[in-house]
Amino acid sequence: MVAKKGSRGGAAGEDAGEELSRDPLQAILLADSFATLFRPITLERPKVLLPLVNAPMIEYTLAWLESAGVEEVFVFCCAHSKQVIEYLENSNWLNQPKFSVSTIESYNAMSAGDALRLIYEKNVVHGDFILVTGDTVSNMPLTQALKEHKERKKRDSNAVMTMIIKQSKPSPITHQSRLGTEELFMAIDPKTKELLYYEDKADTSKGTLTLDRTMLLDRSSISLHNDKQDCYIDICSPEVLSLFTDNFDYQHLRRHFVKGLLVDDLMGYKIFTHEIHSSYAARVENYRSYDTISKDIIQRWTYPLVPDIQFLQNSLTKLERRGTYRASDVGLSRSAKMGPFTVIGSRTTIGKHSEVSNSVIGEDCVIGSNVSIDGCYIWNKVNIEDGCRLKHAIVCDGVTMKSGAVLEAGVVLSFKVIIGQNFVVPAYSKVSLLQQPVRQDSDEELEYADNSSGNIEITSVPNTTDVLEELNTEVGGAGFIWSVGEKGLEEEWRHSVAPISADRLLEIIKSATDELDTSNEESNILPPSGELGIDSDNESDDGRDDHAHFEKEVEATFLRAIHENVEEDHIIIEVNSLRLSYNMASTDCAGALFYAMMKYAVDTPHDSAGELLKITNGVIGKWEKLLKYYLPSLDEEIEVILKFEEMCLESTKEYANLFSQILHLLYDKDILQEDGILRWESEKEQADESDKVFVKKAEKFLQWLKEASEEED
Amino acid sequence: MPDVHSLVNEFVIKLKKRQIEGSKTTAKLTAELLRSFISQLRLPHSNQAGALIDAVKEVGEKLITAKPVELAVGNVVRRVLHIIREEDLSITNAAVGGLNLASESDDDDGNDEYDHPVLSASAVAAAARNALRPPSLQTLLDDIPHAAATPHTSSSGDDSEGKSKSADSLRRKLKHDVIEAVNELIQEISTCHEQIAEQAVEHIHHNEVILTLGSSQTVKEFLLAAKEKNRSFRVFVAEGAPRYQGHAFAKELASRGLQTTVITDSAVFAMISHVNMVIVGAHAVMANGGVIAPVGLNMVALAAKRHAVPFVVLSGVHKLCPLYPHNPEVLLNELKSPSELLDFGEFSDCLDFGSGSGSPLIHVVNPAFDYVPPDLVSLFITDTGGHNPSYIYRLIADFYSPDDLVVQRKSAS
Repeated sequence: MVAKKGSRGGAAGEDAGEELSRDPLQAILLADSFATLFRPITLERPKVLLPLVNAPMIEYTLAWLESAGVEEVFVFCCAHSKQVIEYLENSNWLNQPKFSVSTIESYNAMSAGDALRLIYEKNVVHGDFILVTGDTVSNMPLTQALKEHKERKKRDSNAVMTMIIKQSKPSPITHQSRLGTEELFMAIDPKTKELLYYEDKADTSKGTLTLDRTMLLDRSSISLHNDKQDCYIDICSPEVLSLFTDNFDYQHLRRHFVKGLLVDDLMGYKIFTHEIHSSYAARVENYRSYDTISKDIIQRWTYPLVPDIQFLQNSLTKLERRGTYRASDVGLSRSAKMGPFTVIGSRTTIGKHSEVSNSVIGEDCVIGSNVSIDGCYIWNKVNIEDGCRLKHAIVCDGVTMKSGAVLEAGVVLSFKVIIGQNFVVPAYSKVSLLQQPVRQDSDEELEYADNSSGNIEITSVPNTTDVLEELNTEVGGAGFIWSVGEKGLEEEWRHSVAPISADRLLEIIKSATDELDTSNEESNILPPSGELGIDSDNESDDGRDDHAHFEKEVEATFLRAIHENVEEDHIIIEVNSLRLSYNMASTDCAGALFYAMMKYAVDTPHDSAGELLKITNGVIGKWEKLLKYYLPSLDEEIEVILKFEEMCLESTKEYANLFSQILHLLYDKDILQEDGILRWESEKEQADESDKVFVKKAEKFLQWLKEASEEED
Repeated sequence: MPDVHSLVNEFVIKLKKRQIEGSKTTAKLTAELLRSFISQLRLPHSNQAGALIDAVKEVGEKLITAKPVELAVGNVVRRVLHIIREEDLSITNAAVGGLNLASESDDDDGNDEYDHPVLSASAVAAAARNALRPPSLQTLLDDIPHAAATPHTSSSGDDSEGKSKSADSLRRKLKHDVIEAVNELIQEISTCHEQIAEQAVEHIHHNEVILTLGSSQTVKEFLLAAKEKNRSFRVFVAEGAPRYQGHAFAKELASRGLQTTVITDSAVFAMISHVNMVIVGAHAVMANGGVIAPVGLNMVALAAKRHAVPFVVLSGVHKLCPLYPHNPEVLLNELKSPSELLDFGEFSDCLDFGSGSGSPLIHVVNPAFDYVPPDLVSLFITDTGGHNPSYIYRLIADFYSPDDLVVQRKSAS
């Protein structure tokens, strides 16, 4: 913000203003997250207006943008756009002297992509702009990042975006427990800071990260990070908007746009990163990050955006000992205890012997006596009667909790819900006066369903009345308990405000330890297969799963070998490393490799059984050596036969009729020795009749074998 | 009018957002804002001074609550209120004097104007002060003839009469005089460094070792002034964690040819025996002579006391606060962002609320200020000269009127 009169210079903000180019610096603020993580609350109020430490989230974003020297902000409203616009009109933001805020309203934007396309059509953005969502909390100065962006842009017109990142601890626990997000992998050119790879859903690819080898073509090194946090603050060139218009299928900013640009090298657009160190930036994505960011604000990491500094028209709040903030007109009973890191809004009263700790309580709340509140977010005008117990819950405006009610960890009570007397709300449940909309099946659709949630018709088909609900209404409550999502409890504890329990943490640690060793290092050389880290969270799975994964991996390796003409030695090394990482025996390797070959053979197009036999012959002939390497002893040979048997029974029934021929083939190629085959037969002798199908099929061959050996004798 | 209000609002927002740092800048900007506010204010015909005081109080209230920790804002507001009162009284007095044709106060007026022909308004103010109040220690010492307390009663009695006589000219005069006096205040604030630095030679002697902590503009000019007078001395600079402004400070001193040594804050006690004098800046000086200063100074003061090293505080008059530090309305400290202490990314796992008991194992507290009690301070050097801590309350009586102390209390309730 530039000082209004020249004579009144010397303000800290002035140099920031001067650094920027002549064009006014613009920002696009998406006042809609296009996600459903804050349901059911967001059915009634847009996410950006939800209070974060007693101030709506959008206030933090706007206050930061203003102090960072942004002069023009376009607020894109979609879901509940009326509420957002009304809020802005009642606030001071629309008539600031050096900071213009204007709103863009849309009813049918389904995603960030749609929003940006609409803004492009309006043709209001002329220069570089800042793209943020309305739930960003930050105090970072933009000057440096902007300067870098502009300089890069001058040198290379393809540098369209600068993404702000921040260091965080490279541990999945921290990711998990701080922001409730998945681990994020980024490959960055250490010299130019160009972003080369971005993967925030690494888990789905099961254990491997695949980096394109061409990344190393024109640079000597890349660094792969999993200790960076995406702040969701982007400095964009105007091209970004047109890019969205050109690629109408870009919906999600990261999943489609960023990844799309990184993959597509035709246009050659580049994304760069800017790392911030001492300043703060984070985005409220889910309930867990809501919790974390609230606590960061209370601990003053976001200074000057802290409760006792009136950056907006909030009431006078004073910081007291142990990080407690109390408005000047709080009615605190003498015997009430206020624990550390607590914020209490004005006109709230707290009764006798109540205890509050690690919590945020809004304005005009009435809290009775003997109430215990720990780690909760209680918004405005909430009425909590005597003897209630709340732990790690979010309680929205106008909720009433009758005496003795209990909220267990992770509960969310939406607006105006009433909890009956002595009613216990089970952990992680969400209660709303609105009924849960019928779930769509498609995951993708769900993701974008919420943007129009303001207009969504909530199907008024009465739910099968939940037992709990009935109980609740019996004791004078009101509200529907939402059933947990498809992803089940897993998702619930990940994203709730409740701390993660110790055993869950242990689980995460266990599944992650190996991962840390391999992927944390900055690696300059990629192993030939392009595998960087082996995700071994399968340890938590049972052995069979492990086995299946291993087989799949071996198969993939084998296929790659065929397509890329990899030498046998390399395959051996890779398979060996897979064996070690999955902790498998050498017999398993033989089985898996054999399986892979047979699978490949059967997958090759063929018309008749004879042709299949021919193909198999060819494949086995080609990879004979490799297979032999893994068959040093009889045990492995038997394993191979057993495997083959299993295949014939289950996955590739086509082989069932060719069993004896292929067995013969293997014998001819010296892959199987007769001792092995005979041992297999004798092992099978004790088995059930049903298991002997293939022994019978191979009877002739066995007979012949026996005769042959006798002859030799 | 709306223009002034938007100016006020803009300034309030800046204060709130902590975009204005440093008490000198804040004080100057506040004074300038109040000047333009007063100059655009339309005064009623009767009881001008009252209206003016109320208006300024209203604005002052807003400014003070915007950043209560910056005491300089309140100080300047009170100074301006004091100026208004003084000017009002002097005008009334002059009118009374003119009517009565023979009055002691009139004589004084003449005398003073003769003494300082340039500083008319302040002279008038000083005269009024002389006339209407028990004599200040300063005036006693300066041996300026003073009036007895007798005119006080008569003037207040004649107040209304005087006004009604020549209301029109007086009205213009009041505003004009007040603006004149505020201009002087601004002048005083902007030149306070030089005024203080002028006294440097009297305090810094050859081959002395001076210790300071952190960075202070006042201290820098003070030291450089002594350097210019060819005093050769050495400076120890304690780095001033967590902002480490001492580093830049030392660099600047060295670039101006001063022999400088940088030490850590924790080495102060070890080094204090080598030191002849501690010279530091202050954030605010309270009415009891206590000092609100950058964090770490209490420790330095204790070390200096232990080794009987003089502890000298440099402070412009605008930092003199008429409040006592035990006043609950005084916000003594501000907690800044913990990121000045440690890196957020590095420690984010220790600051975790999401795991285990739900409360982090590390808390970081980063207070900006220390309180140094008056008995640890040896000397204050202000624009008006050197003063003992026990004299501060008299100084304050010279610059503020006791009626204005409540500006803040009113705003808080």
